[in-house]
Formats: sequence, structure tokens, C-alpha cells
Amino acid sequence: MNKFLEAVKSGKVLLCDGAMGTELQKRNLPSGACPEEYNISHPEIVRSIHKDYFDAGSDIVETNTFGANRARLKLHGYENRVREFCLAAVSLAKSVCPEGKFVAGSVGPTGDLLEPLGNLPEQEAYDIFAEQIKALEEGGADAVYVETMMAVEEAVIAVKAAKENTSLPVVASMTFELGNAGLRTMWGVDIKTSIEKYSEAGADVIGANCGKGFDEMIAIVKEMRPLTQKPIIAQSNAGIPEWIHGISVYTETPEVMSPKAEEILKSGVNIIGGCCGTGPAHIKRIREILDRLADYHI
Amino acid sequence: MTVELLKELSDAVIDGNKDKSVELTNKLLDLGMNAKDILDNGLLPGMEVVGIRFRDNIIFVPQVLISARAMKSSLALLEPLLSKAELKGSGTVIIGTVKGDIHDIGKNIVAMMLRSSGFSVIDLGIDTRAEKFLDAIKKENAEIVGMSALLTTTMGYMKTVIDRIKEENILVKVMVGGAPISKAFADQIGADGYAKNATDAVKLAKSLIGIVTKEETVE
Repeated sequence: MNKFLEAVKSGKVLLCDGAMGTELQKRNLPSGACPEEYNISHPEIVRSIHKDYFDAGSDIVETNTFGANRARLKLHGYENRVREFCLAAVSLAKSVCPEGKFVAGSVGPTGDLLEPLGNLPEQEAYDIFAEQIKALEEGGADAVYVETMMAVEEAVIAVKAAKENTSLPVVASMTFELGNAGLRTMWGVDIKTSIEKYSEAGADVIGANCGKGFDEMIAIVKEMRPLTQKPIIAQSNAGIPEWIHGISVYTETPEVMSPKAEEILKSGVNIIGGCCGTGPAHIKRIREILDRLADYHI
Repeated sequence: MTVELLKELSDAVIDGNKDKSVELTNKLLDLGMNAKDILDNGLLPGMEVVGIRFRDNIIFVPQVLISARAMKSSLALLEPLLSKAELKGSGTVIIGTVKGDIHDIGKNIVAMMLRSSGFSVIDLGIDTRAEKFLDAIKKENAEIVGMSALLTTTMGYMKTVIDRIKEENILVKVMVGGAPISKAFADQIGADGYAKNATDAVKLAKSLIGIVTKEETVE
């Protein structure tokens, strides 16, 4: 079995990293700049973020490739640099990755609408994802994270592109928000549908990322756990951002987050980490909880 | 007869039935109804229901987009027949997704709901720089500018635009929205208002230019 999957299935909870985007901003990424281009122009910054997370106790870090697909990079005129950005990103993460830890390739949505609602043909979406994910594998990533998905059709295409073009394990999550109709994505996809579709597409780990904060993530994990035998991943935002001294600051500090993260752990996740607004201090806290719960098995 | 047809037109928009919506619009025009009445009493009430259902999580993004397409197709038939004053409506809103951000679905829905509520909307699209916002505000003499961002790495650009507006002393109300945006964030960057969804955005736009709205509920 693949080493990453072996670790996931060991029964020990794995700790992922926190956010990349908000960490880049703390290091002066200008608003509206292309974060993935930093893999080339500011490699030392990207590397230091990965190192901070490994030092804080992460078992897995995600590459700075969330938007490294042709559709998104086009905005910056970088549509022909997908492979270059992905290879550089994986190499940066691997350069600080300790023995026995993992580097996962981040894959976000295309940002375009699929036909017939929008103009993106299914085949083109597939090719866009395949191009990115193949480059992540070529660079030496241990797994691929399909994340922040809202439309289930696009999410499934991304998972299939990974499964059919690489041998990488696939971790697949969507972004849910609590509303009058329960936990749904902006496209209206509920947790049950997400699990079914991701399972059919062959995802190895299923879960949720981003969203409105750790409280909602607790509810998500509790709803998800009884619905699948597959390992579950949860990567929450640190609440809602505010704007303080020129950067977005999130309301859930490591202290505020701690008891909530513990509840997520006890609700049966297999991989925990953070999304927007979480930093190394959050991850360090979760590592402490995990160490304290060392005897705790799912 | 025309009352029923108008109701059918509203329903076609709510159901996102583009062919039906176009057919009914043409029929009403053939019957001699003026474009403004078809807009006000057929299309707009339909979109209002769509907006409220979207706000209340009864429908989601895909259904809104399908309704919007029906509405747009009918509107295309009416627009050449509407006068300039009728097109200008309650006020002009400049709207765009900020620099570095390509996400325009939410912004498009807000633009469409504003149009459906009688605003004239100039949509600058995605990846919009401050200069482009400012030029459009001045050129159109707009009452309101609306900015959208989905990414934490682009939301800060809203402040860049607001700072430029203040530097140049331009009289325009600023409203912001998008997944990572909150009321607190909007206040801190100096926006005049924040709306959580497209229906609230319409209410906000109206209140920013002094139109009082009644509380709407789903029937």
C-alpha cells in the first residue's frame, strides 16, 4: 500500500498544516497577486511557511498550488506555466519535509462554471485538472488534495482526473455552510450526496475544508462520520476574517480553537488541519492535543 | 387574460424556463402591452421570488443561474423598447470582482438582482483594478459601487479601491460582499455597507440611496 494511505489507515490521527494564502499575506503577498507565482519568485517564503508547519508538528503539508491550473492562472497570463509552478511547489515542500512526513498537492476549483450553466465543457475541466495533477505527481507529491469544491460535478471530474492519470491517493473535500437547509455547499450539495459522489469517483479520504469556522466543522464531521467507512478529513477556517492593520485577521485564535479542535478529533476524523486564517500556532495547539490524546484511537 | 400571462411569465422565470419566458414576453408584446409593464409586473416579481428563495436556502446557485438566464433572454426583447429613463431606473451601480479574483458567480447574481429591482448596473467583470472602478464611477455618475471577492488573498484589494475613492473625494456609496467578507471587515475597510446575499444586497443598495423597503417574505 502507498505509504500515505498506510499512515492514514494506521488508526493514528494525522495532522495536516494550516493555511497557505493567509500566511503568504502575512509575508506581504499583495492583494490580487498570483500566490502560485511565489513558488518561482519567492521560493524562500513558500519554503519557510512549509517549514513552520512541519516545525509546529504537521504530518502533512499542502503545496502552494491551490490555483495552479490553466483556467485560474490565465488571469495572470501564466496559463502555460502550470507544470513549472507545480514542480517548483512540490520541490519546495519536499525540501523541508522530514523523513516519514508527507507532501500533498493542493488542487482547487477551476473558478469557471461547467456547461450547461457556464461555458466550461466537461472534457476541458478534466484536462485542466489532469494537467495539474500529473505535474504534482511528477514533482513527487505523496497525495493529491481536491479541495474547496462546491459543485459536485466539478469535484467528481477532479477526482477522476487524479485517479485515471496518476497513482496518487486522493483526498477530496467540499466546502459546506450551515443554512436553513442544513449543511450545504453554495451549489446546494449536502453531505450525503458529497460522500456518495466522492466515493463513486474513487476518493480515498473524504471530508470538508474552509467554511465559517470550527463550530460548523464539528457539526459537519458529526454528520459525516456515520455515513461512510472511509477516512475523514476536516480542515476548518479560523472563523471569519476581520481587517486589522492591513491584513485579514481571523476571529478564532489558537486558544479559542483548542476545545473545538478537540471535539472534532473525538468526533472521528482521521486527518485534521486548518484552512484560511489558521497558522503554525493553531497547528502547534492541535499537535499538543493529539499528543495528550495519544492513547485515543478512533 | 394579460394578468394570467404576466403570472405565467413570473412562473417561467422562477422555474428557469427560458423558452417559455421568451414566448410569453413576445406574446404580451404582441398583445400591445408596453415593455415597462411586462418588466415590472412579469419579470421582476419572478426574480424577486427567486432572490428570496435563494436567501432562504430553498434554492441554490444553479437554480438562480437558470432563472437568471430566462430573465435575461426576456429582458433582451424588452430593452430596445425601454426609454433611457426607464433603463436608468432608481440609480446606477458599478459592480465588479476585484483585482486578482476571477470569481464572478456571486457578483453576477447580485448584478442581476439589482437589475431586477430597477437599478441600472454597469458590470466591470472580473479582475477589476481601482482605476477601472474609478473611471466607471465618474463616467456613469454612479450612486453606488459594489465590489466582490471570494479569496482571502484578494479581499484586501477592496480597501485599496475605497482608499482611492476617498483620496479623490468621489461621492459614491460603497457596498461589498463575497464568501470571506463580514460586516466587521466592511466597517474596518470603510465600506458603506455589506450584504450577505443578493437579496440583502438589493435592500442595502436601496437604503444607501434612500429608498425604504418593506420586509419581504416567501409566499
